[in-house]
Amino acid sequence: MPETPSLPTLLATDGDGFVLDPEDLEAMRAERDHYEQPQAACIEALKIVQRRHGWVPDGAIPAVASALGLGVAEVEGVATFYSLIFRRPVGRHVILLCDSSSCFLCGFDALRAAVEERLAIGFGETTADGRFTLLPVCCLGACDGAPALMIDDDTFGPVAAGELDDLLEAYP
Amino acid sequence: MSAAVYHSRLRQSAEERRAETHPLTWRLREDGELVGLAEYLDKDGYGAVREALAGDPEAVIATMKTANVRGRGGAGFSAGTKWGLTLTGGDLPRGYLVCNADEMEPGTFKDRLLMEQLPHLLIEGMILAGFANRSRQGYVFLRGEYRRAARALGQAIDEAREAGWLGGDIGGSGFDFDIALHTGAGRYICGEETALINSLEGRRANPRAKPPFPGQSGAWGKPTVVNNVETLCNVPGVLRHGADWYQGLSGGLSEDGGTKLFGVSGRVARPGLWELPMGTPAAELLDRAGGLAGGRDLKAWLPGGASTGFLLPEHLALALDFDTIGRAGSRLGTGLMTVVPDDQPMPALLRNLETFFARESCGWCTPCREGLPWTVRLLEALERGEGEPGDLERLESLARDLGPGRTFCAHAPGAAMPLESALTHFREEFEAGIARPAPRPVGEEG
Repeated sequence: MPETPSLPTLLATDGDGFVLDPEDLEAMRAERDHYEQPQAACIEALKIVQRRHGWVPDGAIPAVASALGLGVAEVEGVATFYSLIFRRPVGRHVILLCDSSSCFLCGFDALRAAVEERLAIGFGETTADGRFTLLPVCCLGACDGAPALMIDDDTFGPVAAGELDDLLEAYP
Repeated sequence: MSAAVYHSRLRQSAEERRAETHPLTWRLREDGELVGLAEYLDKDGYGAVREALAGDPEAVIATMKTANVRGRGGAGFSAGTKWGLTLTGGDLPRGYLVCNADEMEPGTFKDRLLMEQLPHLLIEGMILAGFANRSRQGYVFLRGEYRRAARALGQAIDEAREAGWLGGDIGGSGFDFDIALHTGAGRYICGEETALINSLEGRRANPRAKPPFPGQSGAWGKPTVVNNVETLCNVPGVLRHGADWYQGLSGGLSEDGGTKLFGVSGRVARPGLWELPMGTPAAELLDRAGGLAGGRDLKAWLPGGASTGFLLPEHLALALDFDTIGRAGSRLGTGLMTVVPDDQPMPALLRNLETFFARESCGWCTPCREGLPWTVRLLEALERGEGEPGDLERLESLARDLGPGRTFCAHAPGAAMPLESALTHFREEFEAGIARPAPRPVGEEG
């Protein structure tokens, strides 16, 4: 791999006082080495921030930009494009409910209604106790298990409305 | 009772799957667990790499061209031809081999199986493709939600590197090549070849204009080959057993050779995945899925994802291959069929499909960014029975404006295909959504 710019010694912070965790900075540096140019590590860097904080606060944008030697606007542009980069706080657990065609044909509407009723939230919302955030997601590639959903790293399907209580129980 | 953890499975027993007839799946375990390096090596793993790397990259490309392995991501373009167009040699820098593992086409769940259970087959295919294209580095661009696949691939890449199948001087051939796993962060558009390259570079996933084609100037301006997971998984078999063997796999069912991971989802009795000869009749695939669930009749089917056109029950006799389905006015796409039962209203289904395309548009081109939300609004009105006279004509006009040649990439044309076909085959259902004007109360002024 060709030479890439060295990391600035001073890490950027902004008014929010956001400072990258040293371990996360190390992980970003390791990611950067997989590519010809540091910008390629930008999405993974945002995911690293998100793994630690649950979401990507505004203050993290200039910090990531500085860590990778990128413009703040470039990083902001990327951070606002991708659906799995969260720019607002989310609950402790994120539910991704597949709303694509096979799930739609196999009971998505009923499952959505059941989830929304059970948690008293709609798409894009977080429960009052900060436990769950509910989001739609495009085809999860589990169409032979439709309707399907993900909770954090786990994929479930087919999910019947009656199974929701037990399912959610596992995510305190 | 708690819902089942989803586990990708093939619905074919070990007896049915043989090395000579099922090159993609014969190594899969009956228990559906990961095939690690030791087991893969026991099952003739990396045999094609050992043979091919002793020879010439040109010979690999020639075999691939003769075999005519058509791209399994949905476009059906010959992988050998694509490789033959990649700029290599002379003073040119060595470029990149990118595996498109951003499986997100609605109704498609095939690459997940291969990556979760047989990651070494993909790695072997990537080494061979990298060798043919003289690539210096491979990337697997994997969608972020495929966590199990990420674990399997990460482990397999490490195993392969440790055993000398990746890294410098692979198998004493002098060829050096490594693979890095790149996981995405959502957005269907990342599966579009040039948008994928932008995303790999850490940019917004907007498509790029072609030409230059990625084979001329792709990732970081270097020659770049992008192939789908299943396409790459076909390569070891082709090189091990030859182009004639590959052609013969489809046993006269199709002019295209090889097998295909076909699947069925939607309202069928036994949704699933099968490795079958290219050109298998659609009716046979639907039979394997046990026909429709709940005693319903078939109304329509999508042959290979949301961006393919609807076909009818009368089309079930057709061979599932690129040219046959193309001649019927649709596309084979990913080859995983979505089944629509007779009690499903089409305006609602189209609203679901077009809402997906509208949300997933990257916003780069006006017809796509503006036309798709408008399409959704019209479909929502028709679904509620509140459509206006002229709405069907407006939808047809929108479908034309979304068609090929008006946008940078195939997202908008993909969205137009199910819409145009549904308006053709099920026009009366959409017409029924146009509100009849309420009778004017007597005596009211105009």
